[in-house]
Amino acid sequence: MSATTADTAVVTSRLGVGARAWRFVKRHTLTVYAALAFIYLLLPIAVVILFSFNDPVGRFNYVWQGFTLDNWREWDAVLGLREAVTTSLQIATLSTIVATALGTLMAMAIVRHHFRGRGTTNILVFLPLATPEIVLGASLLSLFITAQVATGFGTIFVAHVMFIVSFIVVTVKARLVGFDRHLEEAAMDLGANEWTTFRKVTLPLLSPAILAGALLGFAISIDDFIITYFVAGPTQTFPVFVWGAARVAVPPQVNVIASSIFLIAVTIAVVNVIISSLRAGRQQQGA
Amino acid sequence: MGSFFHRHRGLTPYLLLAPGLAWLTLFFLLPLAFLGYQSLQSGSFPNYTFTWEFSNYAKAFTDFRPQLMRSITYAGMATVLALLLAYPLVYWIAFRAGRWKNLFLLFIVAPFFVTYLIRTLAWLNILADEGPVVGVLRDVGVLADDGRLLATPVAVVAGITYNFFALMALPIYVSLEQIDHRLLEAAKDLYASPAQAFLRVTLPLSAPGIVAGTLLTFIPAAGDFINAQLLGTPQQYMLGNVIQSRFLELIDYPTAAALSFVLMATILTALLLYARIVGSEKLTG
Repeated sequence: MSATTADTAVVTSRLGVGARAWRFVKRHTLTVYAALAFIYLLLPIAVVILFSFNDPVGRFNYVWQGFTLDNWREWDAVLGLREAVTTSLQIATLSTIVATALGTLMAMAIVRHHFRGRGTTNILVFLPLATPEIVLGASLLSLFITAQVATGFGTIFVAHVMFIVSFIVVTVKARLVGFDRHLEEAAMDLGANEWTTFRKVTLPLLSPAILAGALLGFAISIDDFIITYFVAGPTQTFPVFVWGAARVAVPPQVNVIASSIFLIAVTIAVVNVIISSLRAGRQQQGA
Repeated sequence: MGSFFHRHRGLTPYLLLAPGLAWLTLFFLLPLAFLGYQSLQSGSFPNYTFTWEFSNYAKAFTDFRPQLMRSITYAGMATVLALLLAYPLVYWIAFRAGRWKNLFLLFIVAPFFVTYLIRTLAWLNILADEGPVVGVLRDVGVLADDGRLLATPVAVVAGITYNFFALMALPIYVSLEQIDHRLLEAAKDLYASPAQAFLRVTLPLSAPGIVAGTLLTFIPAAGDFINAQLLGTPQQYMLGNVIQSRFLELIDYPTAAALSFVLMATILTALLLYARIVGSEKLTG
């Protein structure tokens, strides 16, 4: 490796000034591009947060008028907003719990067992991921209409579990494939039955993947609009509320809620990144 | 409980699968079947009857051809744009970002932490007629003095590209990250120029990521109606807008159902064509 670096250094010094300049530009073009791309990705988020502090004149919150903290202080001042946020949180929590349980069991069956219909099961799990959301929503509404089921909280819950399950299966499956089964065999050799082995060995080792899947499911559920819009009936989740508001005028309080969700999610993600890099650092020290 | 599993070992996978499979059958397969049933109904609300009305499909193709074409072209353009924008960026993260990789990846996922509708509404602020982007473009002369970005295909495609960017970027990043750096050194030792090394080593090895990213971006993009509705006008409406309004506003279930299947068939056709081009073994991994 060090020999290669030395060779490159020799070659570089032999290159002409023009070639070196070209190299410099090329290396830094990519970095400049990356910086611009990050601005592009983060600018709309900055706009959302900025406009949560706007003091709009009239009904429209599109043009910057002046700074105020009132929207954050009186986030609850908009009729129906608190109920919508509460409904979103309730549905995300409930559907994540149910979908995580169903998905983990399915992943265990698919990875651990060879049985008839395994291929078909894999396809059935994959299909909802490959179907456009609008078709999922439309087909569910079609079923509910035909079966004369009243749409509302219950139908949103059912729909969310349906499309989160596949994400959970995929996440947990990835972890199970690299799972060291000797640990379970050791537990059985030491006299643990299957249930105890599952509870004391398998589940703790799987818990990071299950947690990751659950967080993903929660995030997808709380953000979902298209499917929810079809099966919501009179119930309003936060995205459905925003959609309704967007037809008239979006109050700055909506930006307050969106900014809060963003900040909470980023905090969780940053803590996660820090913990994982600390852990990686410790492993390197140990080695 | 343990002894029960021991006596019926063959049964275990089915017991584990039963609840999840039941849920997917009841709330995914069965609804699709009902949608198919509805797509062949005729009559008017609320008295639709099943009559094998295949003309609904013919009607869907002829009456809504512009929206169908827009779904394909807008989604296709957004997918290509996302690929071109994302590739250099994740290349930079994978090869140049050093130990800050995870932080920069977080930047790519960050838009997903802002509710979908709200990040689209933010583009409404950015691209607004009185906004800075339009102002600069008018000054430079790219846009006429009364030219606008909102209510044009540009705004809709830009919105779709932005909204599904991470779905393109992350799979490419994963495939770039897995590349064995010794292969690149070997290419260099064999006198490959950086461009050659990229074209002959890096690009082919990242192909699975490109394929996965393309699929993950194109499918939701083709079914989207939010960008067209918020950033466009009826002149930019896509198939999703028609399905949405037929189902929820006009209560024309048979047409909406037929259109849903047309959308799925379109996506499937596009994917099969794509598979022909890139090779089917890459699609199935």
